[in-house]
Amino acid sequence: MSERPVEAARGDALTLAASVRSGNRRARDVVEEHLEAIAAREGEIHAFNVVLADEARAAADAVDTRVAAGEDPGPLAGVPIALKDNLCTRGVPTTCSSKILEGWRPPYDATVVQRVAAAGAVAVGKTNLDEFAMGSSTENSAFGATRNPRDPSRVPGGSSGGSAAAVAAGFAPLALGSDTGGSIRQPAALCGVVGVKPTYGAVSRYGLVAFASSLDQIGPFAVTVADAALLYDVIAGHDPMDSTSSPAVAPRVSATLHDGASGVRVGIIDELIDADGVEPEVRAAVERAANALEEAGAKVERVSVPSVIYGLSAYYLIAPAEASSNLARYDGVRYGLRVDAEDVGAMNARTREAGFGREVKRRIMLGTYALSAGYYDAYYGKAQRVRTLIGRDFARAYESFDVLLSPTSPTVAFELGAKASDPLAMYLSDVCTIPTNLAGHPAMSVPYGTGRDGLPVGVQVLADAVQEPTMFRVAQVLEERA
Amino acid sequence: MALTRADVEHVARLARLALTDDEIERLTVELGAVLEHAADVASLDLVDVPPTAHPLPLRNVLRDDDVRPSLDRDEVLAAAPAAEDGRFRVPRILDA
Repeated sequence: MSERPVEAARGDALTLAASVRSGNRRARDVVEEHLEAIAAREGEIHAFNVVLADEARAAADAVDTRVAAGEDPGPLAGVPIALKDNLCTRGVPTTCSSKILEGWRPPYDATVVQRVAAAGAVAVGKTNLDEFAMGSSTENSAFGATRNPRDPSRVPGGSSGGSAAAVAAGFAPLALGSDTGGSIRQPAALCGVVGVKPTYGAVSRYGLVAFASSLDQIGPFAVTVADAALLYDVIAGHDPMDSTSSPAVAPRVSATLHDGASGVRVGIIDELIDADGVEPEVRAAVERAANALEEAGAKVERVSVPSVIYGLSAYYLIAPAEASSNLARYDGVRYGLRVDAEDVGAMNARTREAGFGREVKRRIMLGTYALSAGYYDAYYGKAQRVRTLIGRDFARAYESFDVLLSPTSPTVAFELGAKASDPLAMYLSDVCTIPTNLAGHPAMSVPYGTGRDGLPVGVQVLADAVQEPTMFRVAQVLEERA
Repeated sequence: MALTRADVEHVARLARLALTDDEIERLTVELGAVLEHAADVASLDLVDVPPTAHPLPLRNVLRDDDVRPSLDRDEVLAAAPAAEDGRFRVPRILDA
């Protein structure tokens, strides 16, 4: 139904890795093809803050040397990957698309960056994002907006819009993003690719620049569900460098990917499919997806998860509160921008005034207010209690269902500028994705047909904590029947 | 409980943001709108519901107390806006 992005022409990650590992293709040739694709269209799309052409060639040559020596470079051998620019890369600029970190070169690699490199992947660039991952359109970047490869007059979604666009444009078959309230799944939906937010604690956050620490998770983008599974299996697992990394073994998902949906209990979330602002074509796509699962042997029913209607309000108190604390570190002392002043307090305040963009200031202010004396109980405290309610309601739903379904985004990709001047309208883009983050559960977006103006629609598959294997199986069935 | 300009100025001081007059004006309106939306949560009676700060039941995650290499000091200081004698350099922090 939905047309494949141009990436198909350059091969999916599983095929590329297999051909590089077997010596049938050189990693260097694979990376050159992708660098050509980037050169041809990056000027129009602006998926990247920096393209790492020389570094990618060197990494690809190293993979080829290992293959020639009879070694196995790993499951991602020679596969180009795009990295969201809030993942620390040693010696390579990591900006979070903020002027406050412009030019900063981290002295270490994020754990996920180490893991994909150790698996043989080749990083081709750092992708654009809404500044510090705060936004749903990638327009809040200090370095200019990213455009949607499916229709460059539209946004790619956000905040991981650069990563989604890079995969949709065929610049790389894989990308990493981060998801605090939908920042992987919503851009995946708007760009017509697969995007996964893993269980909180399944993937190490070490080296991910913090936004809201109790919500942030790193996850994969890919053209196919199988490729997303491949990347998930590489990045998931305990990391002693992240104290919030789960010590339990993260179950692998690739082995059971093709086990089908027979007997799987699927619940369509009433409150999300009927939420205000959900376009009729989007609702219809979720219903068609449910029918497809039923035909594949799943049992589909509607289910109510009542407290998710408070998710958006709770999120826009909790996430800014945590952000206001996390972003206190940008004080002009240890890294990034400094605007000099006569004393240290004025230096802090002027540096932050000059270095942060409009949305980041808005969230810091909102979070500081929600945590301030006299308002803590009414706002932040209340939001944390709502978080408990949402967790309880999901727990009740998962007593009767294995996975839940909803729209990923209420709408297809919108025009650049359409919501830029109305923060609340922009925040509503995340109404279907936020509850998952509050619960700490996994969820993923799978392309499922098209909606208004022929633009891609994503269906969201949600699951209970550490139930990624079932979630991926269902996503695989949806992809086959889309 | 309408947000006032004075509230915004107070919060900006807490957040160490030297906002311009225009920004204070705009944020008074924008933050007011978001807080109005959050009234649905703020008005709930949830005294019997415990708060959730974090999705994982982990407590006091500690590593063994072994000495191990840290980041290289010179490399870290090289990324700072100003450094001197192996330390970060900042403007005056005490009155003369």
